[in-house]
Amino acid sequence: MKDQHYIRENGEPKRRIFGLSIAATAMFFLLLTRLWYLQILESENLLDQSENNRLRFVPVAAPRGAILDRNGKVIVSNSPSFSVAVIPQDVKDKDALIDRLSRYLNLDRAELLDKWRKGRGRAKYYPIIVASGITRDQLEFLEENRLGLAGVDIEMKPVREYSNGMLAAHLLGYLGEINEQEMDLEQFSEYNAGDYVGKSGIERSWEKELHGADGGRQIEVDARGRFLKTVTETNPTIGNSLVLTIDLDLQKETEQAFGDKAGAAVVMDVNSGEILAFASNPGFDPSLFSGRMSPEQWKSYLEDKRHPLENKALKGQYPPGSTFKVITALAGLEEGLIDENSTVDCSGSYKVGTNTFKCWNKKGHGRVNLKEALKESCDVYFYQLGERLGVDRIAAYARKFGLGEPMGIGLENEKGGVIPTIAWKEKKFGKKWYRGETLPVAIGQGYVLTTPVQLASMIATVANEGTIYRPHLVKRIVDPDGRVIREFKPQVVATTGIKPASFRAVKDGLFAVVNESHGTGAMARLYEVKVAGKTGTSQVVKLRDNQGNIPYQFRDHALFVGFAPFDKPEVAVAVIIEHGEHGGGAAAPVAGRILRAYFEEKGIIRKPVKKKEAATDTADKVDAAPDAVNEEKNVKSPE
Amino acid sequence: MFDRRLFTNFDWTLLGLVLLISAIGVVNIYSATASYPEAGTPYFVKEIYWIVTGVLLCVVACSLDYHLLEDISYWVYGGVVFLLVVVLLFGRTSMGATRWLHLGFFNIQPSEPMKIVIIITFARFFNRFPVFNGLTLKDLLYPALILGAPVLLIMKQPDLGTAILVSLIACSMLMYVKVRWTAIVAVILAALPIFYGGWHYYLRDYQKNRIINFIDPDQDPLGSGYHIIQSKIAVGSGGIMGKGFLHGTQSQLRFLPEQHTDFAFSVFSEEWGFIGCLLMVVLYLFLVLWGLQIALRCNDRFGSLLAVGVTAMLFWHIVINMGMVIGLFPVVGVPLPFFSYGGTSMVTSMVGVGILLNISMRRFMF
Repeated sequence: MKDQHYIRENGEPKRRIFGLSIAATAMFFLLLTRLWYLQILESENLLDQSENNRLRFVPVAAPRGAILDRNGKVIVSNSPSFSVAVIPQDVKDKDALIDRLSRYLNLDRAELLDKWRKGRGRAKYYPIIVASGITRDQLEFLEENRLGLAGVDIEMKPVREYSNGMLAAHLLGYLGEINEQEMDLEQFSEYNAGDYVGKSGIERSWEKELHGADGGRQIEVDARGRFLKTVTETNPTIGNSLVLTIDLDLQKETEQAFGDKAGAAVVMDVNSGEILAFASNPGFDPSLFSGRMSPEQWKSYLEDKRHPLENKALKGQYPPGSTFKVITALAGLEEGLIDENSTVDCSGSYKVGTNTFKCWNKKGHGRVNLKEALKESCDVYFYQLGERLGVDRIAAYARKFGLGEPMGIGLENEKGGVIPTIAWKEKKFGKKWYRGETLPVAIGQGYVLTTPVQLASMIATVANEGTIYRPHLVKRIVDPDGRVIREFKPQVVATTGIKPASFRAVKDGLFAVVNESHGTGAMARLYEVKVAGKTGTSQVVKLRDNQGNIPYQFRDHALFVGFAPFDKPEVAVAVIIEHGEHGGGAAAPVAGRILRAYFEEKGIIRKPVKKKEAATDTADKVDAAPDAVNEEKNVKSPE
Repeated sequence: MFDRRLFTNFDWTLLGLVLLISAIGVVNIYSATASYPEAGTPYFVKEIYWIVTGVLLCVVACSLDYHLLEDISYWVYGGVVFLLVVVLLFGRTSMGATRWLHLGFFNIQPSEPMKIVIIITFARFFNRFPVFNGLTLKDLLYPALILGAPVLLIMKQPDLGTAILVSLIACSMLMYVKVRWTAIVAVILAALPIFYGGWHYYLRDYQKNRIINFIDPDQDPLGSGYHIIQSKIAVGSGGIMGKGFLHGTQSQLRFLPEQHTDFAFSVFSEEWGFIGCLLMVVLYLFLVLWGLQIALRCNDRFGSLLAVGVTAMLFWHIVINMGMVIGLFPVVGVPLPFFSYGGTSMVTSMVGVGILLNISMRRFMF
């Protein structure tokens, strides 16, 4: 090696290695000195401390904050759940105890033994949970037979109580034990394995507020780890409560309006963006997720083709169908391409190049103006308008309403839908836009996708003539002492900048949809309050001929968006019935029923007197009310 | 080009020493985890698997001539620094720090191999660098850049423990190369404002707490000072003879944190007392002195620098871990080589030992 001379030349390396050896030895000597100090000089003192080292920490879980509706009615709270624990240090006869427990609790002996064995390696004071969630009867029975159960302890911990069962399950979400991926997140750095956290919905997105702070007990144990006494106790801090914008009664009515049909509905205050009802049907039972769910139950959720676990109101993206004509119409008016009087002759189809685009009414609508085109949902009118506007101009107006992006309602994983443009297609598929693709977009088909929340916001913005309020679900956060920590006031996201005259022209059409003869939305009509709206039927797949029996998953979606009262709008609603086939037939009556419930509650529509109700009306009796009958009576089919 | 002399010159003492320490480590891990009701393979068995893996890597590390390392050193250095950048950009975040890189079938933590890589790179650099009467401040510029890049990247993760270790290893090698006093004083003067700034702007609250609690653990005896106090009690209560295998109350009642990993030595101290500790300290000292001896007997400068670097790596791990357990140093997550449970540490240490064996058995070939 070329540098070897360098090493040999002087005794330097040898001296330096020697120096390093001395330094290392000195360092180890320092360690030994410290060990000498601790283990010999201080040994007695520290041994004493280890003998008295009896302070152990037992965490106590904090009860989660409650979730209330806008009127202060409890939607989710906590209730005590009782578990049976065995404290090994206090058990005298293990086998006899396990025999008794298996008889009292009706549990398998082997299962109990297994749990005992798993907890064995721990300190003797540490309770081993052998059964959780026991019934009140079992609890009483154990209490009565305490004498023969030395070493058995009943532990109480708070669990989520869903006082309204499956109501608003998707909105509320459910709890579950924290998993490994979650433990890795910064947000959960203070959590311990075994803690319960929100897994979806409000419970997840507002976890930070709801969780509270765990407390704990400092206990003293003896040298063998047996419990002696509690030294100090820190009480857990209850989580903050959330007051939602949801109206519990309206939520109930909204969910019941669906019957057994799959779909979603969002009801919104037109002048604040507060979401009054947020429903996804069918629901599920959130309490099953934090407790024990049978495999059969799980399987039935998974195999139901109506997808009960899916939050359709938040994550469902549907072609808006004819409800989107509202946007196309506004774009046409604003761009000066049409006015209220301009007409189109609908022959039942429209040709662009070699393609023929059909109107839903094969016979054609004849000569129609804007109002008539909206009322009868004439496709040809909007094909023509859409062709003149071009896709980018339609998209620009859709964006003015906040479509194509999540609205920020305060739940995680909110979807944003799709509003196609020429550039969007270029970027997504690397292909150019064909003129013929604009026509389906004009009637809310093709690439267009929207969520129920977006549709509700869109129609609310039409109703108030141009102000987009942020749709939100939480009204305020309240601490355990009842003090308001944060209030969520209505927030204006943007204004559309569209002329009031254009809105009025479209709204006249929307009024006609529900209230005039040949209107497609007649089934949403209320006689006490003026309702306006738009129906939509959106294709799931293109079918060559619409004859015969179409399989469920290929049937069209039915939509209805609307608001009321027409003259002074308060409430907007968007309803989608998955595979409901016709907006006017399937979605409009559901929307009508929801709006009726809203005005009944406000006292504007008199509630029909229910014959069966001799007893006083309470919340838990609602299920039994024969609502379906009332509805049919009140909404007559058009013509 | 297999040479008989390689086998006859194999350093059985070094390998034997390492295996002896590892064996004691396994026995200790058995005791440290005896009170855990764990499902699956027990920790001490998994540790045996790691030792076997480590020995295999050790064999690989000593089978090829270590001069190969000199040729590839800068490439490897560049590669690992690149991985450190990648891990910051795409790494997996765990407990607020981004250290791991997912490669589909396995994960790597590029800050760990950096410990070895910095040794090889520094050895390569100083092998060709003329030193007359010690390095001047100007001479330190390139080494500072070579060291600075990975250290800053590791601190960004943040992984203060590894950053400090890599720096200490590099500084030890500089001491071997020899630095002039004037340069040392200048560096220290320059470092003071950096430490000041680091305390205020870089360190996270939990890290500051560790340092504060090291200075005054009684401030928060049940909070972050808990580890230091409990560990000192465990070590001290062992006395001269110890409480006996599986009879340490501190460890069996699980007062100690991370008692099979970073605090494994405190379990050992409690159960085997001063006598046991003396044995371990002597074994580790012997290991370090043996490593330095290999550096001395090696005839080329590259090998000698390499041996000093690897020995420094082992030395600092040992001293920082033991110092932490007995309350001489603040709590930083540094494992005790061959003794704490864990595959990462075992692999790095064994590769280091492989390099030492490699140098040792080729000492007569030049």
